[in-house]
Amino acid sequence: MRDYALINKLVIENLKHRWVRTLLSAAAVGTQATMILTIVGLSYGTLDDMASRSRGAGADIMVRPPNSSIIGLSGAPIPQKVLDYVRTLPNVDIATGTTIYSIGGANSVTGVDLEAFSQMSGGFRYLEGGPFRNPDDVIIDDYWARQNGLRVGSKMSFMNREWNVAGIVEPGKLSRIFLPIGILQDLSANTGRLTSIFIKLKKGTDVQSSVKSVRESLPGYQVYSVEEYASLISINNVPGLKAFIYVVIGISVVVGFLVVFLSMYTAVLERTREIGILKSLGATPAFILGVLIRETTVLALIGSAAGIGLSYVTRWAIMTYVPGSLTQSIVPSWWPVAILVSLVGSLLGALYPGYKAARQDAIEALAYE
Amino acid sequence: MSNGPLIEVRGLSKTYKMGDVDVHALRGVDLTVQRGEFIAIVGPSGSGKSTLFYILGGLAQASAGSVVVDGRDFAQMSDTERTRIRRELVGFVFQKYNLLPTLSAADNIGMAQFIAGQERKTDDWFRKTLDLLGVGHRLHHKPRSLSGGEQQRVAIARAIVNHPALLLADEPTGNLDTENAEVVLKLLRDLNERLQQTILMITHNPEAAAYAHRIVHMRDGRIVHP
Repeated sequence: MRDYALINKLVIENLKHRWVRTLLSAAAVGTQATMILTIVGLSYGTLDDMASRSRGAGADIMVRPPNSSIIGLSGAPIPQKVLDYVRTLPNVDIATGTTIYSIGGANSVTGVDLEAFSQMSGGFRYLEGGPFRNPDDVIIDDYWARQNGLRVGSKMSFMNREWNVAGIVEPGKLSRIFLPIGILQDLSANTGRLTSIFIKLKKGTDVQSSVKSVRESLPGYQVYSVEEYASLISINNVPGLKAFIYVVIGISVVVGFLVVFLSMYTAVLERTREIGILKSLGATPAFILGVLIRETTVLALIGSAAGIGLSYVTRWAIMTYVPGSLTQSIVPSWWPVAILVSLVGSLLGALYPGYKAARQDAIEALAYE
Repeated sequence: MSNGPLIEVRGLSKTYKMGDVDVHALRGVDLTVQRGEFIAIVGPSGSGKSTLFYILGGLAQASAGSVVVDGRDFAQMSDTERTRIRRELVGFVFQKYNLLPTLSAADNIGMAQFIAGQERKTDDWFRKTLDLLGVGHRLHHKPRSLSGGEQQRVAIARAIVNHPALLLADEPTGNLDTENAEVVLKLLRDLNERLQQTILMITHNPEAAAYAHRIVHMRDGRIVHP
């Protein structure tokens, strides 16, 4: 029985021998894994958070404008009279409208009818302060407050105005920044118009049959149960997101390829003499290539593990410093993808140096100083 | 294994291309080495002795002529075949020891066995050989912890662990002080006498060459008679 443990020992000892290069290479491979896992984690986290906040409104049904996309709703094309009509439909317990206005980046402010919204959602849980009292009052959630260092009484600016933080609430109810709906409608030139309508049904009402009947009553409008809507908030339904992730994966493969190429190329140059020794002992080109492939695989696996670990660090950083704007999830189902991408990039990078090593002339290699 | 001479070289030539210039390293070498012989090849730099060493070891291809080692003609073989035959027939000892720096002495020896497809052995023969070489107690050290003499003795152990028909030694004492050089040369002679190991040693040093049964002189790519 051949002692393959000896080959593994050679591989590990080679990696240990140049430990700084090994660590740097593994860190670079790890960075690409982290890049993938962070992008995917941000996508999943932000969308999951969005879905969870939609559920937090406490509604059963959601009415959205005709031809609107699932993600990134802004503008207010629904006339107030549609809300008035919805309130007259059978089995509707509470119906309330919201207006959403983008304030830059992925951030938006939501206008709510605080009384109706509180009835529907069970009310805000105030961590500090309380409801709107003055026309320049704003309510924010804890994540936004922490990200921006805001307390009750702090001032914040958006829509060319200064606002006073009246209350800080627990996150999870529809939005991070709330204004009284009338004020937001007026300021955004949407007086009497809504972005979406939330419906809470009377107890015991079948949600699916009500969705069907609301659809029939509001032809052209997008009517979903909130559960159905939340399930639609996925990577597949965000235009371009999948392509973006694939681009990141592509870049990761290239980064892994370049890093390992340089690392292994240097390793082969440094080990020219050792390759000559192995050849003098009768090692075939396949044997030499095999040693380098094993080294690369170990590097890629160490890098992948480091990358997975680093994705926890990026999540911690994001959830500590920008929890109001971004949410990152840990997505273990993507770990195999990150590992595979690291392996593929690394092995591609090892091919040419490996070929060069395998074809090395034994005599020249033995004479190498 | 055939019963004739271990090595029969006839009309061996080797020409290297250096840019547009042809360098004739060997110009028609004839050499016969019997089994169990200890031969020293001496000659000045550029005489072709290293080229002969590499061709006999299967590391380089002859340009013309035949190189029959243990009944097999290296000159007719592809690189792959020579690599395979090298594992079975030849053990090398180099001037600079050429141990793998990241492995212990024992693992360096084990690597030679692994590449040859042999089981890692600790049989009586090998233990006695290690005792003869005086490195049995230093096997778990890496090369950087061994003296030059110890490294060369480990290199000898590695070279003979697979019972090669031919042990090729290229200036084995070139990096050693007089005392260690003498130890290594005595060891080579012992291996030859006790184990009937055929040895072909290249050296500049006439004192080292004197340990051999026969001295072959080379000059300008040919074997000459002094």
